[in-house]
Amino acid sequence: MGIEVAVEGLTMSFGKQNIWQDVTLTLPAGEVSVMLGPSGTGKTVFLKSLIGLLKPERGRVLVAGVDMVNSPERDIYEARKLFGLMFQDGALFGSMSLFDNIAFPLREHTRKKESEIRRIVMERIDVVGLVGSEGKLPGEISGGMRKRAGLARALVLDPQIVLCDEPDSGLDPVRTANLSQLLIDLNAQIDATMLIVTHNLDIAATVPDNMGMLFRRNLVTFGPREVLLTSDEPVVAQFLAGRREGPIGMSEEKDAATLAAEAAVPAAAPAAPRVIVPQLEPSPGLPRRQAALRRRERVLGMLDTLPPAARAAIEDTYARGAQAPTLRLPATGSGS
Amino acid sequence: MITGGLRHTGRLFALAAEVGRSIFRRPFQFREFVEQFWFIASITILPAALVSIPFGAVIALQVGSLTQQLGAQSFTGGASVLAIIQQASPLIVALLIAGAGGSAICADLGSRKIREELDAMEVMGVSPVQRLVVPRVLATMGVAVLLNGLVSVVGTLGGYFFNVILQGGTPGAYLSSFSALAQLPDLYISEFKALVFGFIAGIVAAYRGLNPRGGPKGVGDAVNQSVVITFMLLFFVNMVLTAVYLNIVPPKGG
Repeated sequence: MGIEVAVEGLTMSFGKQNIWQDVTLTLPAGEVSVMLGPSGTGKTVFLKSLIGLLKPERGRVLVAGVDMVNSPERDIYEARKLFGLMFQDGALFGSMSLFDNIAFPLREHTRKKESEIRRIVMERIDVVGLVGSEGKLPGEISGGMRKRAGLARALVLDPQIVLCDEPDSGLDPVRTANLSQLLIDLNAQIDATMLIVTHNLDIAATVPDNMGMLFRRNLVTFGPREVLLTSDEPVVAQFLAGRREGPIGMSEEKDAATLAAEAAVPAAAPAAPRVIVPQLEPSPGLPRRQAALRRRERVLGMLDTLPPAARAAIEDTYARGAQAPTLRLPATGSGS
Repeated sequence: MITGGLRHTGRLFALAAEVGRSIFRRPFQFREFVEQFWFIASITILPAALVSIPFGAVIALQVGSLTQQLGAQSFTGGASVLAIIQQASPLIVALLIAGAGGSAICADLGSRKIREELDAMEVMGVSPVQRLVVPRVLATMGVAVLLNGLVSVVGTLGGYFFNVILQGGTPGAYLSSFSALAQLPDLYISEFKALVFGFIAGIVAAYRGLNPRGGPKGVGDAVNQSVVITFMLLFFVNMVLTAVYLNIVPPKGG
């Protein structure tokens, strides 16, 4: 089972520019969470702060008793072995073949025999669908393959926490759907806590148990997916609908004058009510997600504290028999 | 401006200290060390030898001309050998190590940094300093010491050739003044300087490579700066070392 990640009052600035402030949230153990946000709101910075690559100026990130912000460097290095981070473009070592790249963490941190390393690495390569390319250099393969290789490398040490930085960027819709399924399947298999940073609405709608959104240097909301999907917060509504009208502008945010001008023009058509797409289920043949069971307990327990729309949506989801797979992708598990 | 400069200086020293600590941390990256050693040696040996011949010649000719005017031709050998071994040789080595080896190290680390390879390494719990920087710094130090021997020999032979063949000096006077003025500590300080210069070249190159500013152009700028900063530091450190040496080691002739 994964590990809970508790973020408390995290504030980050580069020089005088404040990126986000006072972010407080908890990634529940073993569940899949998504952090949404328009481009340039510091989503990647947030991810890198969780793992201690960047040092926020205030706040704490607690992982298995280690504060990834303020603890001594030695403890942070130890704690990082619990993580697997999938970088936006893979961040593979350019001088090594895919096989050596994926084997790198095993060779560094374990004393396994070469034959065993080979077995584990080939298993992971199979999971991400890269069999046959293991001898190639990162420069010789496409961006999507690099991403999947990066994912395989992040998974090779059986991490308790998996962080994905924009797993969809540069992938076509089919590959993105396959990747979504892959992430859910992984969660069913290894039961790791997962955080996906993205602005892809398909992933956001189908993959996570929990969702949050960063905007204007603040965490707009974080909680069960239904809370954000039913939210009538203008920022969230605009983002989920992909509309131009709303507080999000081309450059970060709009000023008051533009907003007023926009409000004067009557909206073209009232937005259709949002439909909550059912969450993806693991591919047939895989075990049920333990996290889904835990989440059910947790969410039903906190039902009274949620807004009415979210409460209705949650009750609706679980009333429909909860586990009934309504949206299943034709591809099974590993293929992509 | 001033605080910025001080901050970089502080971080440079912090990196030097971290490298010093990491040298003793297991596992030592032996393979990386051998590869880097071979790489730096292979790109510096030939230029070093080619530079040291004319340099030895220039010093021999200059000193020869001066001693002739003073009527002290018999000391040409000793004077030119001291100049070559104590000053010219470590500096030639340092310039080549910084210019050829340091720039390559800086560009390599810088491009890895902007491709996020170093971040990926840190995320996997592997310290880039221990894994990449330590072998490189040790390689620059090792190559500098060995190359210094080569440059001293080639430079001295070049000086001998030009003094004896071209200026009509006598071989006996050249060699006897050599042993009259030069002493073993001169060689020690020469090698010590080469060791220190190699360390500085490696650390500065690694520091600028690990901290490029803003994308691919930043890497180019970082390489450029690393060479310039190394040169300035080298000449300053050389002055300090020379002053200290002349004060604590009594000259043989006096």
